[in-house]
Amino acid sequence: MALIEAEGLEKRYPGTDFAAVAGIGFRVERGEAFGFLGPNGAGKSSTMRMLACVSQPSGGSLRILGEDPVVHGRALRARLGVVPQDDALDLQLTVRENLIVYGLYFGLSLKRMRAKSAELLEFAQLADKAGERVEHLSGGMRRRLTIARSLVNDPEILLLDEPTTGLDPQARHILWDRLFRLKSAGVTLILTTHYMDEAEQLCDRLVIMDKGLIADEGTPRELIDRHVTREVLELRFPPGEQEQAAEKLGGDVEVLPDRLLCYADDGDEVLTRVTEVGLRPLTALVRRATLEDVFLRLTGRSLTD
Amino acid sequence: MIRALTYWLFRYRRTWQGTVVVSVANPLLFLLAIGAGLGSLVQGDVEGVPYLQFFAPGMLAAAAFQNAFIDAGFGVATARGRERVYQTAVATPLSPGEVMGGHLLFVALRVFVGALAFVVVMACFGLVSSVSVFVTVLLAATLTGIAPAALVAAWAVTVTDFPRLNTVFRFVVMPMYLFSGTFFSVEQLPAALQTIMYALPLWHGADLCRSLALGTATPGMTLLHVAYLGAMAVAGILIGRVTFRKVLYV
Ligand SMILES: Nc1ncnc2c1ncn2[C@@H]1O[C@H](COP(=O)(O)OP(=O)(O)OP(=O)(O)O)[C@@H](O)[C@H]1O
Ligand SMILES: [Mg+2]
Repeated sequence: MALIEAEGLEKRYPGTDFAAVAGIGFRVERGEAFGFLGPNGAGKSSTMRMLACVSQPSGGSLRILGEDPVVHGRALRARLGVVPQDDALDLQLTVRENLIVYGLYFGLSLKRMRAKSAELLEFAQLADKAGERVEHLSGGMRRRLTIARSLVNDPEILLLDEPTTGLDPQARHILWDRLFRLKSAGVTLILTTHYMDEAEQLCDRLVIMDKGLIADEGTPRELIDRHVTREVLELRFPPGEQEQAAEKLGGDVEVLPDRLLCYADDGDEVLTRVTEVGLRPLTALVRRATLEDVFLRLTGRSLTD
Repeated sequence: MIRALTYWLFRYRRTWQGTVVVSVANPLLFLLAIGAGLGSLVQGDVEGVPYLQFFAPGMLAAAAFQNAFIDAGFGVATARGRERVYQTAVATPLSPGEVMGGHLLFVALRVFVGALAFVVVMACFGLVSSVSVFVTVLLAATLTGIAPAALVAAWAVTVTDFPRLNTVFRFVVMPMYLFSGTFFSVEQLPAALQTIMYALPLWHGADLCRSLALGTATPGMTLLHVAYLGAMAVAGILIGRVTFRKVLYV
């Protein structure tokens, strides 16, 4: 049995005339890390809130741990961990108090939570901040605290909505490392992101979402193999010359506002041809194809515009 | 519900000393001012008693009412808005109803502590004649606060722009605060206004507190006041269960 099964899942908010989630289907198996990759407004958070059993689907079917979230929301929430997009920590309380109060919400005893919070703070590398007010923590620390908080009930499934958005590279790597550990401990991870490298690093499988729909699904490698070539040559030309250059070059070329992307299994070969046909790009760069290219191919838009 | 209350108690732990000082200082200053100064400007008795005796229980009811509005109105809107306290809580097994219940219990606790401080100050001014008066007036003032709190919370959870709360405070709460027989007898108002005041909750609260404090309470009127305020609290809770669910389960 899949841990999560969604079929034709929809979400329409009252007072709006469009579907934030417009009919998506996916399955998540136990122990995997499953990702939703998509730009702003794709419907990632809306999907996550339905998975967290705090938002009622407007259509389609959703089963979490074999149960209907609308009927068994309370029991299901006891088995889920949630890291919302905005941390929603209590700034007035201390780091430790934030964990204790959250544990009490789950019906854990104060005594149990005193021990548990120490353990979680150790895991989140925040032990030395235990008595500090959350107000005084950095963004990366707050994010780690939110993850620690989501673990008070030893969840089977952990839902992470953009876990590393707004963090500096070092803070991101610390966070990824913690998520790897959780995954090795058998926790099923479901996360959203608009960073391709994050999806490639963390996700066993992912779906690419755009405008409330799933554009494609697979492992990061599968998606890259299916939609793009092994390498990409990026060329920059002076403004206005891009279209002409693309025509002259021919082949598999995507024209973006600021650059050309030439898809090829051997980027250097294309680069040689560029000079052969007499083009003089301002810059030229051969790199491996990424999920960003997949997204671009699927939607014709860049992920971070 | 108790689980949701503990959150507020954790926060209260930080601030209770300050709020208790305010709760004592406020009635102390008012009663001193009325007793020593303003009261002597009021010629003769009001409704048959010296002005200070008339004023104190009215002020007690008005303060409980106002504090309840501030806690349940601004407190709830902030918890839902900027602080996202509720959104955090409903991601756990707690239901929106329990989240509301926990917060209302906390509002009730704060109203109770405020009323307790007030009645203690009244006793210091010799305005509380017996232990039973002390207890009944304290409970009456707490009820005066709790009654509107649930209704205010049920509405405030739907409010996203803070100025709306201020508007209601200024144009609904303040007039009630001043004219509900709190600081002067309702009988001094024009007949039409009198009728309106009799229909509003604070008049019931003020009359309940005053009649118990002065020993003029009759079983019939006491029952009417308690039933009115109790019904208002129940209505607020029922409506709040709907609005909290609607707002928190978007
Ligand atoms: N509570 C709400 N009421 C009305 N519309 C909403 C609500 N929440 C989200 N939406 C709309 O639904 C669409 C999808 O929003 P959602 O937050 O799910 O996107 P997202 O993929 O998480 O985006 P982001 O990367 O910016 O977080 C957006 O157009 C948004 O404006
Ligand atoms: Mg989002």
